[in-house]
Amino acid sequence: MIWVDTVIQGILLGGLYALFAAGLSLVFGIMRLVNLAHGDLIVLGAYLILLLVTLTGLSPFIAAAVAMPLMFALGYGLQKFMLNRVLGEDILPPLLVTFGLSVVLQNALLEGYSADSQRIQAGSLSTASIELGGINLGVMPLLTFASAVAVIFALNQLFYQTSLGRAFRATSDDATTASLMGIKPAGVFAKATGIAMIIVTIAALYLGMRSNFDPSIGPARLVYAFEAVIIGGLGSLWGTLAGGVIIGVAQTLGAAINPEWQILAGHVAFLFVLLLRPRGLFPRAVD
Amino acid sequence: MNALLETRGLTARYGDFQALFGVDLALGEGETVAIIGANGAGKTTLMRSIAGVLQNPPDSIRFEGRAIGAMPADEIMAMGIAMVPEGRKLFPSLSVEENLLIGTYGRKTGGYWSLATVYELFPVLKERRHAPGTALSGGQQQMVAIGRALMSNPRVLLCDEISLGLAPVVIKDIYKAVPQIRQAGAAMIVVEQDIAQAMAVADRVCCMMEGRVTLTGRPDELSREAIHNAYFGAVA
Amino acid sequence: MMDKTTPDYAVRTGTAASRISAIVALVLIAVAIILPAFAARSLLQDLFYILTMLVLAQFWNLLAGYGGLVSVGQQAFVGIGAYAMFAMAILTGMDPVPAILLGGLAALALAVPTAFFAFRLQGAYFAIGTWVVAEVVRLTVAQWKSVGGGTGTSLPRSATREMWFTGAIENLFDVKSAAARDILAYWLAVLLAVLTIAGIYRLLRTKRGLGLAAVRDNMEAAKSIGVDAARMKWLVFVVAAFGTGLAGGLIYLQKARISPDAAFSLQDWTAYVIFIVVIGGIGTIEGPIIGVLVFFALRSLLADYGSWYLMVLGLLGIVTMLFAPRGLWGLFSDRTGIELFPVRRRLTGGMLSKSLPLSREE
Repeated sequence: MIWVDTVIQGILLGGLYALFAAGLSLVFGIMRLVNLAHGDLIVLGAYLILLLVTLTGLSPFIAAAVAMPLMFALGYGLQKFMLNRVLGEDILPPLLVTFGLSVVLQNALLEGYSADSQRIQAGSLSTASIELGGINLGVMPLLTFASAVAVIFALNQLFYQTSLGRAFRATSDDATTASLMGIKPAGVFAKATGIAMIIVTIAALYLGMRSNFDPSIGPARLVYAFEAVIIGGLGSLWGTLAGGVIIGVAQTLGAAINPEWQILAGHVAFLFVLLLRPRGLFPRAVD
Repeated sequence: MNALLETRGLTARYGDFQALFGVDLALGEGETVAIIGANGAGKTTLMRSIAGVLQNPPDSIRFEGRAIGAMPADEIMAMGIAMVPEGRKLFPSLSVEENLLIGTYGRKTGGYWSLATVYELFPVLKERRHAPGTALSGGQQQMVAIGRALMSNPRVLLCDEISLGLAPVVIKDIYKAVPQIRQAGAAMIVVEQDIAQAMAVADRVCCMMEGRVTLTGRPDELSREAIHNAYFGAVA
Repeated sequence: MMDKTTPDYAVRTGTAASRISAIVALVLIAVAIILPAFAARSLLQDLFYILTMLVLAQFWNLLAGYGGLVSVGQQAFVGIGAYAMFAMAILTGMDPVPAILLGGLAALALAVPTAFFAFRLQGAYFAIGTWVVAEVVRLTVAQWKSVGGGTGTSLPRSATREMWFTGAIENLFDVKSAAARDILAYWLAVLLAVLTIAGIYRLLRTKRGLGLAAVRDNMEAAKSIGVDAARMKWLVFVVAAFGTGLAGGLIYLQKARISPDAAFSLQDWTAYVIFIVVIGGIGTIEGPIIGVLVFFALRSLLADYGSWYLMVLGLLGIVTMLFAPRGLWGLFSDRTGIELFPVRRRLTGGMLSKSLPLSREE
């Protein structure tokens, strides 16, 4: 029974990793941009929510809702004024600029908040659990997973059922021809990063409520997010969920064997999938 | 000047290479002008300049009197100049219908053209509306590309080599649509390698060679010899 | 009718500036070698740090600037080189100095499976892939109890006391063994830096180097003229790994104490290196040299300011990529046209050697 429980915990953990990854997947899918500061932006989001909660005493969920437009604006501005300038054929500039951004973010947070561990208090929610078929499931992990599914569902709706989504896909296919249709690629990219930051805020909420965080944990979240995206296959949002689940399950299984092996197990699973399926499990046909 | 669209002394360069040498062109309301010329004559460069893909001095291109030479493509499209690009350039990630719909993203002006009327013009597209844009045959893709441009009810339609790579039978089919497009009110600039087809639909024909306009006139005024010389260069 | 006094056509890379700088370089090397006779120990330690960071930067630059391979996982090779050296010293009693070579070989060995996995990915995903490999190695090494596991270990007394050449150095300069080790490490660093720069420069001037530049600029075009792009990537990757591993072994020989978090530190061995190369000028040999000097100056200036130092570094990196993508050296070189390590090939001789404007050196 322990193994079933472990696997289920892994699946739910996968929901958190999918939340980390969804924003990344969105941005990469549209503009082939890999933001090395993504993990640090999640941590920034967590600190922002913490700040709002501390200042106003609001519930974390409300605070996250307030943080979302702020994070959208941040993402929009970041893309518009900094990242749009380095987008192009050469992969080096965006990589190096976002790397620099990552370092700046980490150290700015360090200056602002010190290296102390923080936590967003969630009250009784963090320990609440429900019983399903003889297994105890934490409410928080269930909520996280449900949110991940909801976010990915919403993103797919956006992509395939709205005019903006069409613009996203068209711009991703061919930015020049898209501009002939009256689409401003620069604006589309900025909106995409803004939306990605909204997802980052949701991820930050659950990250902050679930475990302690400090300015240095960004890079590790980035790696999990990437692994999930690559396993899932570029361009597939549901694939990203699958990727997150695989990493989550690998980690919990590894931890069950030896707690020191948790993170290593996740990486090994990633390398294993990479070995068998270099393009991921559900790669986009067109690339 | 009451030209709807005109270029004055339009010059364009790609780095060190000069593609256009002071091109003057005028397009009147409801007029169809055909531009013919060999490969490399500068026809596509001219179209891309008008469409805003290439930036030029503001005054070198005027639309309804406004200087648009330096405007970006999305703004020019919003003003009512729509392009059917060379090579069709459909979006692979969009279905046929979505490709048509995206034509209205930048300009939602009402008018004759809508999904319904575009499907009337090209019935085969309605049958395959949910297929990915690029899964269609060359001729059908060209229809989508034209329909996509029409959806915004443009004042000016720029058609860049719509016969390229298509069988003669298919080209004939597509050109059957031109009278209806004219009737709905759009002025057109048609860049064509197929001289016969160009002459058949145009009110006026312009011939370009090596970045310059070498001949203009009404189709019935131009002799075969004159066109031949303008196209290939006068025989010494 | 051939003019008998017209020299034949030839392809040259040398320029006036490069000939001058070659002489200057020789002088600098000579000075560097005799420096321990009169320099303070702290200066030697600083120079050691500068030289080893320069080596790391040159290899990262070879990978990214010339090879087009952006790796965020070179710390894997620093760490494995260092740990291999430590392992040989601790487990077999080998002297640390020759063990550095084994560190390089260990890194080489690691490079093979790493490349195998990482080359399945493109661009930024390649970068993350190399990072993941580095993490896997770090986490695995942390399980290795005989070299200290997660907390690390030090070089045994027996190894540090009687390292090769330290006896001779102690007598030569009349210093204690710790200082002798620093002098030895410093000389080895000078040697490694000279070999690295000379080696990379040599590589770029050969046909292989030309092929490398071609692959970086346009892989398909390069392939179409017969350049084996895959082979070039492999070559560059394993050479960089080997060099980085040697540097890792040397760095930790000097430190004499190791831990997984330190030896596989992303910040120390990749972040700093990337900034050095970017700010100095990526894709040139001169760039990392300038970069490491700027980096060290900043470090000394801001040493007491912890996270501000890194923030400044990060901001400088961002600003450089946004406004001066070819770095400080690129700005200088573009203005003046001077190249100290020219690799561009110019056609000279024949008609070009007559006094026409065309024949002037650039």
